Amino acid sequence: MDELDKKIINELQRDFPVCDHPFAVAAEQLGTTEEDLIVRVQRLMDEKILTRFGPLFNADRFGGGLSLCAIAVPEEDFDTVTEKVNAFPQVAHNYQRDHELNMWFVLATETPAELDVTLEAIEADTGLTVRNMPKLQEFYVGLHFEI
Amino acid sequence: MGDSHTPLDGTHTPLDREIILATQSGLPLVAEPYQQIADQIGVDVSLIKARLLAMQDDGRIRRIGAVPNHYKLGYTGNGMSVWDVPDDQIQILGEMVGKLSFVSHCYHRPRFLPDWSYNLFAMVHGRNRDEVFEKAKQIEVLLGEHCRAHDILFSTRILKKTGIRIGA
Repeated sequence: MDELDKKIINELQRDFPVCDHPFAVAAEQLGTTEEDLIVRVQRLMDEKILTRFGPLFNADRFGGGLSLCAIAVPEEDFDTVTEKVNAFPQVAHNYQRDHELNMWFVLATETPAELDVTLEAIEADTGLTVRNMPKLQEFYVGLHFEI
Repeated sequence: MGDSHTPLDGTHTPLDREIILATQSGLPLVAEPYQQIADQIGVDVSLIKARLLAMQDDGRIRRIGAVPNHYKLGYTGNGMSVWDVPDDQIQILGEMVGKLSFVSHCYHRPRFLPDWSYNLFAMVHGRNRDEVFEKAKQIEVLLGEHCRAHDILFSTRILKKTGIRIGA
């Protein structure tokens, strides 16, 4: 990663333009060319330095089910349970954490009813209790990492 | 198509839905990404741009841009700090904590008594664990007497990160 890559990562976390040649507009601000910017973003995606590039939808506004869930997974079963939980397409993110509740995942479903069904299916598949912790209120969401 | 009425109860115009499906795994990395989406859906690009801007305005799109893998950027200390604060104070306390620059997400979530008493969640990011501990200390000071208990759950591995799919 060179200095321009870092600038690109910082800059592209702000609003990407909606116009005919958005990479050209962003490239001009970054001091490079449209072509170079596209190649670099592709490389940052390939290297998994960027995990996504595009519209970030606010799942709250889509009328579906959304929740943070946690499971206390026995260490020796961790990989097996990970495979089972990740196999559900409704699992959007999943993190291992150093706590007795060591698996934390975000569940996003098309309808609120599907959330309960999915929770039950995960419990049936894993044989473990899933703690369902939907947000009651959002105080702040704003991801931004400066490098 | 072109219907400007976009309620926020989960129903979208058919075009919005098509745009969501076409872009939720990302924008094509080409010179004219919106044109490519327009061609794929079979509408004029001006409609695609207008609907994307409308969805940004009404909050269905938080922003268009990049999501970095914070681990790869050197933010390896990522702590989910959890706090037990009085329910009748959580509104004001949550807003205070959410305003801190190092907090990326701040939510009120339900307790699971007796073994999980935490109702306020704040994601804290740092370059190492010490940095996260130091920042959590700032939250503790801010909460003062209202902080009855707290913990920090560090993430040790990303097991999955595909993002939220809206579905077909």
